[in-house]
Amino acid sequence: MDSTPFRQSPEVTRPEGGLARVSRAGLALLVAALVALFLLFVTLPVASLFLRISPEAFLRSLAEPVVLDALSLSLATATVSTAIVVVFGTPLALVNARHDYPGRAIVDTLTDLPIVLPPAVAGIALLMAFGRRGVVGQYLDQFGISIAFTTVAVILAQVFVASPFYIRQARASFEAVDRIYEDAARTLGASPMKVALRVTIPLAWGGLISGAILSFARALGEFGATIMFAGNFQGRTQTMPLAIYTTMQGDLDAAISLAIVLVVISFAVIAAVKIMTRRRL
Amino acid sequence: MKASTPATLVALTLMIIAGLLVAGCTTAQQAPEQTTLTVFTAASLTGAFTDIGKAYEAENGNVRIDLVFDGSQALRTQIEQGANPDIFVSASTKHMKALQDGGFMDDGTVAPFLGNSMALIVPADNLANVTGLADLAEPGTKIVIGTKDVPFGDYTRQVLDKMAADPAYGPAYRDAVMENVISEETAVSSVVPKLTLGEADAAFVYKSDVSKDDLEKVTRIEVPAEYNVMATYPLGILAESPHRAEAESFIAFVRGPDGSAILTEYGFDPIPAES
Repeated sequence: MDSTPFRQSPEVTRPEGGLARVSRAGLALLVAALVALFLLFVTLPVASLFLRISPEAFLRSLAEPVVLDALSLSLATATVSTAIVVVFGTPLALVNARHDYPGRAIVDTLTDLPIVLPPAVAGIALLMAFGRRGVVGQYLDQFGISIAFTTVAVILAQVFVASPFYIRQARASFEAVDRIYEDAARTLGASPMKVALRVTIPLAWGGLISGAILSFARALGEFGATIMFAGNFQGRTQTMPLAIYTTMQGDLDAAISLAIVLVVISFAVIAAVKIMTRRRL
Repeated sequence: MKASTPATLVALTLMIIAGLLVAGCTTAQQAPEQTTLTVFTAASLTGAFTDIGKAYEAENGNVRIDLVFDGSQALRTQIEQGANPDIFVSASTKHMKALQDGGFMDDGTVAPFLGNSMALIVPADNLANVTGLADLAEPGTKIVIGTKDVPFGDYTRQVLDKMAADPAYGPAYRDAVMENVISEETAVSSVVPKLTLGEADAAFVYKSDVSKDDLEKVTRIEVPAEYNVMATYPLGILAESPHRAEAESFIAFVRGPDGSAILTEYGFDPIPAES
């Protein structure tokens, strides 16, 4: 490809007349067909969920203890893990956005790693670290602290897989903040902490919130790492994706109802992120 | 750069489609006389049926045995949702019956072909010092069982119910054991690793789930007959199977001397075919 798009080379002539118009119409048609097919492919399975269950059966399933337990556990753990991600991820994102230090590239790569790791790998890795005979877990076990197969394990699995989504977004938002404001605050005698809290973070607010929402959504959908590291126990470690997997074995209505609830939440999350990122602060 | 973008785009799209078609055609090319039998098999039969499949293929070069292992439940759901295996081997009569009621099975071919019972397994180093059923009620013992909807979880609950009905143990025992459960698994195959990793102290599994290799890592503790539950495994041919003759021949092999020997080796009790 020509890397200088604005300099027209002399032998390029603008195609004129019917042929060009036909090929352009053809292209438009092709693009439209591809887009329509793809949208159909995405919406059809989701719509089918709603078509395969009657509203009465859906409401009846929502009252099932297995559904209620999974829903409340999922919302509680995803909220806690998002809070942990924000507390640990914000300083990291701020430092990486504003300072260059030796090894920054390595830190960046490490924080992104959970995005590309298959969840099963995350699960077995967490088990090797925090399991009863794990690298760290064996010492915790001597103090009578066990993490694997508890609600804490669910939260750790979620933090592990969801953290990159917040950290990436936060870093990008911090980088987008104009340094003029920070410099102005500094010249007026504000400490670095004060600059971060009163200038940088408020200016990046929209991006931070949308990053946190994305992180929350990823935590809500976490399955592979959870089932390996936290196990499957109703009310303690059985989050919504695990409950869907388990109820599929017996009660298909409950599985579909849980899936519908997750679809609705996911849709709301995407909408919220869109609204947040469009609102320039 | 003279090429007009639409033309390249169309050409590229056509090339991709053509490429996909070619790839699709070439992968489908196999030796013409080779038949593939798809056998949906309960996860607890993983070891035994892998060996049986290999033995059968060695004797019958024209047949490939394609084994799919999962919980009986999951396999049944897949068949109900449109999967087309030739043979279904279930770990419980319940799921076979459900498929028969749905008209998925060729009823004449469905028969119980082996028995299995529950056992308790503990890690080889047995740090929690579990020596019998009574120890399972000790506070702090970590136990793994199956969910109530999968056969081995269902049978576990039946064993505990039988013990609860016996004054020697009583309902308090059953409650204490259930209190100690840390995870409910949907397939037996995910239970043994939890013990070998030392994450759990004991698990209720099928007697046959402890393979020869596993016996180095876990120890089997018998569940007394008066509390035990005998499971029967049925198998049968799907009504829609296009390979009826090959499927019948494979089942005959499973139930014949060679198949029975392998199944016995894995801790199952083959039920002789009524002929």
